[in-house]
Amino acid sequence: MNLEELNATATNERLAQAKKNHHLHVCVGTACQALNSEQIAKALQTALRQQGRNGEAEVKCVGCPGLCSLGPLVEVASRVNGGPTQPANESPADANHRTAVLYQFVKPEDAEEIIAHLGGEPVKRLETPLDQPFFTRQTKVVLENCGKVDPERIEDYIAVGGYQALLKVLTEMTPQQVIDEITRSGLRGRGGAGFPTGLKWGTVAKADPNRYPTNVPEGIQSRKFVICNGDEGDPGAFMDRSVMEGDPHRILEGMAIAAYAVGANHGFIYVRAEYPLAVKRLRTAIRQAQRAGLLGNAIGGTAFSFNVEIRLGAGAFVCGEETALMASIEGGRGTPRPRPPFPAESGLWGCPTLINNVETLANVPPIILKGAEWFAGIGTEKSKGTKVFALTGQVKNTGLIEVPMGISLREIVFDIGGGIPDGKEFKAVQTGGPSGGCIPAQFLDMPVDYESLAKVGSIMGSGGMIVMDDSTDMIEVARFFMEFCMDESCGKCIPCRVGTVQMHRILTKIQEGKATTRDLQILEGLCDLVKHTSLCGLGQSAPNPVISTLRYFRDEYLSKVKPG
Amino acid sequence: MPRTLTINGQEVSAGNEQTILEAARDANIRIPTLCHLDGLTDVGACRMCLVEVVGSNKLLPACTTRVQEGMEVHTDTERLRAYRRQIIELLFAERNHVCAVCVANGHCELQNLGIAVGMDHVRYDYLFPRLGVDLSHERFGMDHNRCILCTRCVRACDQLEGAHTIDVLGRGARSLIVRDMNIPWGESTTCTSCGKCVMACPTGALFKQGSTVAEMVHDVEKLAFLRAARERKVWNV
Amino acid sequence: MDKLKFASVWMGGCSGCHMSFLDLDEWLFDLAEAVEVVYSPVADIKTFPQHVDVTLVEGAIANQDHLELIQTIRKNSKLVVSFGDCAVTGNVTAMRNPLDGAEVVLDRAYKDAQLLRPQVPHDDGIVPPLVDHVVPVHAVIPVDLYIPGCPPPAKRIRAVLQALVEGKSPEMIGREMLKFG
Ligand SMILES: Cc1cc2nc3c(=O)[nH]c(=O)nc-3n(C[C@H](O)[C@H](O)[C@H](O)COP(=O)(O)O)c2cc1C
Ligand code: SF4
Ligand code: SF4
Ligand code: SF4
Ligand code: FES
Repeated sequence: MNLEELNATATNERLAQAKKNHHLHVCVGTACQALNSEQIAKALQTALRQQGRNGEAEVKCVGCPGLCSLGPLVEVASRVNGGPTQPANESPADANHRTAVLYQFVKPEDAEEIIAHLGGEPVKRLETPLDQPFFTRQTKVVLENCGKVDPERIEDYIAVGGYQALLKVLTEMTPQQVIDEITRSGLRGRGGAGFPTGLKWGTVAKADPNRYPTNVPEGIQSRKFVICNGDEGDPGAFMDRSVMEGDPHRILEGMAIAAYAVGANHGFIYVRAEYPLAVKRLRTAIRQAQRAGLLGNAIGGTAFSFNVEIRLGAGAFVCGEETALMASIEGGRGTPRPRPPFPAESGLWGCPTLINNVETLANVPPIILKGAEWFAGIGTEKSKGTKVFALTGQVKNTGLIEVPMGISLREIVFDIGGGIPDGKEFKAVQTGGPSGGCIPAQFLDMPVDYESLAKVGSIMGSGGMIVMDDSTDMIEVARFFMEFCMDESCGKCIPCRVGTVQMHRILTKIQEGKATTRDLQILEGLCDLVKHTSLCGLGQSAPNPVISTLRYFRDEYLSKVKPG
Repeated sequence: MPRTLTINGQEVSAGNEQTILEAARDANIRIPTLCHLDGLTDVGACRMCLVEVVGSNKLLPACTTRVQEGMEVHTDTERLRAYRRQIIELLFAERNHVCAVCVANGHCELQNLGIAVGMDHVRYDYLFPRLGVDLSHERFGMDHNRCILCTRCVRACDQLEGAHTIDVLGRGARSLIVRDMNIPWGESTTCTSCGKCVMACPTGALFKQGSTVAEMVHDVEKLAFLRAARERKVWNV
Repeated sequence: MDKLKFASVWMGGCSGCHMSFLDLDEWLFDLAEAVEVVYSPVADIKTFPQHVDVTLVEGAIANQDHLELIQTIRKNSKLVVSFGDCAVTGNVTAMRNPLDGAEVVLDRAYKDAQLLRPQVPHDDGIVPPLVDHVVPVHAVIPVDLYIPGCPPPAKRIRAVLQALVEGKSPEMIGREMLKFG
């Protein structure tokens, strides 16, 4: 469809939605779904019918609104005055927010009561305030639609402005202008390393597909590729999953814009097979977008064509590493290879390839629509925009949060997270998963951005954030992550393959009270070796949890080793 | 266009597609290697050939890094020597290397590197994994206890013989060199019994049947010869 | 100057290292001039003495007796030398480790291979109980010097001892000094 048709679809959908006074959003993200939230949706529907109110209300299954520890969650958005239409420039999300009620720990049995209270006083025993800091301190860009739109209906996405950015880019902007816009926004890769996205796009756009030997399989016309990295292998991380499950069209739109900018006509989304719901929703989304002419040939009536395929990963952490991921797509063993050449010059089948993280791509449509300046206005000087974190551990509110870069750790842990439960004291927060480090209390007021986190020995990573209280054994934390890296090492290079085993062994010895100060020395020597000589990021960052706990909690180590 | 660079302070000129390893070798500067083998593509896996390049904050594998104009390379700093010794020690501790009873004793690249890096003992705990020996092939044998997972056999079989009988199973420390879909070597239907993997192996992991202690000498040069013969039609050396 | 008090011990090894030591032939006379042998399998001395200058340890730590003796050795010796591959790496002695535990080996030696009255001598004082995992000497005590080799060639042993007798620290570099096996 072209812009006119897109606008018409959006208006129609908004009108249809505006006919209902009440929108009940049931979270069917993986966490709530596991708690039977689909049954709740059904029960709500039944109750609507039984109470004869299905004319004025609608039940929608949506992605994760974030506060997983209170799930299953149901949000009821009602219009106070019940006006017939909504202002065209206001997404239902905005409108709903002013009048919404959020219900926590909902069970199917609660459905009748919830429906009975529509339009009246909320059900007090289920209500959880929407003005709590958990919600008010967040800034939603990437997750703005999660929990609002039905991920299985393209019309719902279009109604909130979906695919406007793509059509704008295709009809009004040159590829270079798109790249410039992304560059000016200051967006950096959310897959871990924080590489400037505009710079990467520019490199792929300029790359010569004939510089390196290529062997693209028959049937694929493109000589450049775009890959969306949805492997998300960090233990405990589910940021990308939530976006893929809750707002899949946004990822497709971001990919298509990227493809236009770099000159690619074929793309892949690499998702781990452990994310069946994400895969299903992405598949549905691709089909819908193709049917709507927003993917495939002659998109939006322009000359641009772009096809997207899904590739399933078998769940190896290392397959999130870009060169291993591409080897896996090519059908080979998922092991990294030395860079250079970087994927931007020689990637998939030897062709210039843009690889970006899910969250990175999800930031693209709003940047195009609202402008680079708007995006650059959020965050700090070098870290722009927002970051999604999976907040877990010993904190009252766990779940998915999106915060502006530069927010302090204290605000995240104590305001949004609600502090440490059970009267315990805060001890440290771990960011970056197995590649990151533990940050002690003295840095609680530090801004959360790429540079500050690196300075204290951790990384932004993809967004895992584990809060630990004073009962936490830091060596055990280090040992847990080392075990993960040891199990997930691909085995190609010696320092990582064997070094992680030896480091894990020493950490175990320390825990068993069998280690000496000499072992500690050997451990530090291994940290240095594995960090500086491993082939890929997995090995290079595997020692980080040990290095950071040795740096800030050395006493714990010393109290457990014997002299010798 | 040739490039000029310095290696350990010595001025060296090299072809623009040459790797640091090749340029160094032409200048008679030795850089230790293990996964590299003349005649096979490089994978940069063993990390023995890492060098320091002024201006790069990362160590770079000499075998896969191309020379650049004005590059300043150091191949033998104290830091690199310490890392190389650690890497060799890790390998000795990983599987069961009992040189005294090994077919490759005296002709083993790992053993030689142990000497080159000055390894008088191994600081790490020996892991003593329980691994098998495959003697099902009538002419060759594979002892996993001696395998260092350099994948030279995998590449020789794939790139020089075109059979791709061999590959790696599993990951991390559980990686294992296998034939076809992990079947005994003697039952492989793709193996042509050409023996190129045996030639390629740096250690006592692949050997000719009937070799006893210290008898297995690998003809690694033959593989480079084969490659040169095919690609450049050079048949006499 | 006092003569160097010299000891050598035979633990979990085949005695090959000591045989190689004996291969020093006539140089042994020179050595005998320079050192006082205070403990050795080739001398009839029952307890490990105090105030030893140099102790060569052949063999890996393979049983309870080794575990105890090695502590005494460390306490009483200025310089402990791991002598030969078994002491340095575990070597052949440690080849039973992947089998997990000593019992399999004992069964093989005392039961499977015996026709008459197969039994494992577990009673106290007959044979020292084996440790589950054989380890090199430096896994149990700090070691000051390593002489690899299975066995270390006589020349290598001589180079080390010569240096020690002269009060120097031996240069352990190059194939002559470092090759295992
Ligand atoms: C071991 C390892 C695992 C990784 N896993 C992921 C992942 O799950 N998702 C991801 O987006 N990036 C992952 N990365 C980073 C990718 O290699 C790559 O840098 C990233 O996808 C680039 O996207 P960005 O520029 O948008 O951040 C991983 C890197 C390493 C070394
Ligand atoms: S660092 Fe680890 S995961 Fe990466 S290539 Fe080396 S062995 Fe594989
Ligand atoms: S393969 Fe080499 S290092 Fe390993 S036991 Fe044999 S000779 Fe020794
Ligand atoms: S068998 Fe030999 S050549 Fe093959 S991976 Fe093992 S050590 Fe390398
Ligand atoms: S020889 Fe270069 S990494 Fe192995």
